[in-house]
Formats: sequence, C-alpha cells, structure tokens
Amino acid sequence: MDRAEFDDLWVVVPAYNEAQVIGQTLTDLSACFPHVCVVDDASNDGSGQIAETFFDQGVRLVTHPINMGQGAALQTGFEYVLSDPLMARAVTFDADGQHLAADAVRLARRLGDGFDVVLGSRFLGQAPDMGRLKRVVLKTAVAYTNVSARVRLTDTHNGLRAMNRRAVAAMKLTQPGMAHATEIVERLRTERLGYTEEGVEIHYSEYSRSKGQPLLNAVNILVDLLMR
Amino acid sequence: MVIQIVLIAAVVLIALVMGRGQGARGQALRRLGLAAFAVLAVASILRPDMLTEVAQLVNVGRGTDLLLYVLIVVFLTYVSTRYVRDQRAWRQITALARRVALIEAPPPRPEPSVLDASASGDV
Repeated sequence: MDRAEFDDLWVVVPAYNEAQVIGQTLTDLSACFPHVCVVDDASNDGSGQIAETFFDQGVRLVTHPINMGQGAALQTGFEYVLSDPLMARAVTFDADGQHLAADAVRLARRLGDGFDVVLGSRFLGQAPDMGRLKRVVLKTAVAYTNVSARVRLTDTHNGLRAMNRRAVAAMKLTQPGMAHATEIVERLRTERLGYTEEGVEIHYSEYSRSKGQPLLNAVNILVDLLMR
Repeated sequence: MVIQIVLIAAVVLIALVMGRGQGARGQALRRLGLAAFAVLAVASILRPDMLTEVAQLVNVGRGTDLLLYVLIVVFLTYVSTRYVRDQRAWRQITALARRVALIEAPPPRPEPSVLDASASGDV
C-alpha cells in the first residue's frame, strides 16, 4: 500500500504488556501507515523494546514511567502526535491485535467525508463472535453511555477510532481507566464534533481471550460508568 | 488513674505534633480545632461521666456509644477527604509522568536537517 496517502496521519497505540502480539500489530500497521505512536504504559514484559525495533518503519515509542491506565496512555499519545505540526488526522488502535489495519484505513478515509470523528463499531460490521454475557454487558454500556452522553451509537467501547486534528486537540482525557471510552463519546457532544460510525471487525483471538477477563472487565466498565 | 495519665499524654502529644508545621489560615483554623479537641479530650478523660451527660442530651444512652458514633462520622469524613486528595494527587502524578514521557520521547519526525546535508534520507 502507498503509505504516502497517510503522511498526515498518526496511529496511536496504547500498550500494556502486549509483548506476544504487539510485533504483529505493528507489522500490520506500518505496512499501511508511515507514522505510528506506541504509548507503553510501563509494561514489564518487554513490549516497549519490541516497539522500539520498528523505529525505522516510523514507529515512535513513548514510555510512561509508571502504569497509568489506557485512558492516560491515549491522552499521552494525543499530546505526542499534536506536537507534530503536520499531523492532520489520528487513528486509535488497540495493541492486542483485535483490530484490522484495513479497517483503520477505511475509517481514516471516511474522515474525508467531512466528519471530525469516525468511530469503529463491532455491531455494525460482521456479527462478532462473542459470548452472550460479553454482548449483554457491552450493550448495557452502550445504552447507558448513549443516555448519559446524549448520543446515538451502536458501540461505545471500541478501541478503533479516527479523528481529525481538531477532535484530537479537544479530547483532553482525564479518566485514567476504561471510563475514557465514555469520556471520548461525551466530547462528541460537548465539543460539537461531527461524527459517524463505521462497521469494523473484531478478532477475539485465543490470545485476547486468554488475556482479557471479560467478566471482570465488564464489571470495571459498569462501575466506572456509574461512579463518575 | 493510670489509663487517664496515658490518654492525656497521648492527646497532648498528638496536639503538639499536629499543631506544628507551616501554613496560612487553614493552619490557624486547624490549630484552634485541635486546641478545642485537646481540652475536650482531657476533660472527658478526667470526668468520664461528662460524656454520658452529653450523650443523654442527644438521646444516646451511654457516652461510649456517642464516642463510637462520632468516631464513625469522623472516619467517613476522613475517608472522603482522603479520596478527594488522592484524586488530585493522582492527576498531578499523571501530568508529571506524562511530561516525563513526552520529554524523553524521540521527535515525531526526523528533523529537516538544514545544516547537516549529509544526513541520511529517511522514509
């Protein structure tokens, strides 16, 4: 793929202990995108060193001195890419290999239709292969977020998003944990950002299944939502 | 008698330790509150019946019960102010750690080297 099309775009990849998969994720990403910012949230499994080896492919590593959560990592990534005056667009992308680089390309191009933010939605795309409980919890989170943030979305907790520079600058995330997903959605309204959703595939690989604790994560998301 | 001496000593010590330190108006207010606390604590140690009298004024049976209730309220207040302070401290730590991370990060793009013409071309 011709990476020149995306010379004004940064992919922001928050990573915490993803050594097993981050290499593949970065290989896929740098095939499409010339600028990738990995924010290593103080991993202790060497994720950062792996990301470092992709320097020549355009991957830049920003390392948190202490673990601060995914929301904090995203915000650090946003501030890093804002320091590049040529950055006009950014894509957020999970490090664990659940997203497709091709979906990121599609979302980024969709910004050209005049949207400030294009959100990936697993419920618009191919029917995702997920457990019943996870689906119920995610749907609950979506319903709650839609009401509290006064938006209409089919998926509020998807790590794949594209935004233009104005949206990146407007994010200013303060929620360190998983509640940042809700925070991002709230910014859509409070910052008057034009947005749309685009169907994306999510791959719940053996790895993400083994790593993620869907039930505990779900509890955290719900508590985060209710406690704010 | 022994327990009274021990308790008075503890209260006086706490008052002295906490009353020290630098600060402005908040400090002064805290010292006043502390002095009041010390006086009341000593009084209640010397005359334990006083606590029961106060308790009965507010329809609580025994002084020890009143003490327990007050303790619970004070503890919950402490927990909530502690929580607010922790949140603020965490925000400050996050800002600080982020600055450190960004300062140590490599520049996003290779510098357009005007002076160094021999710089290797980067993709």
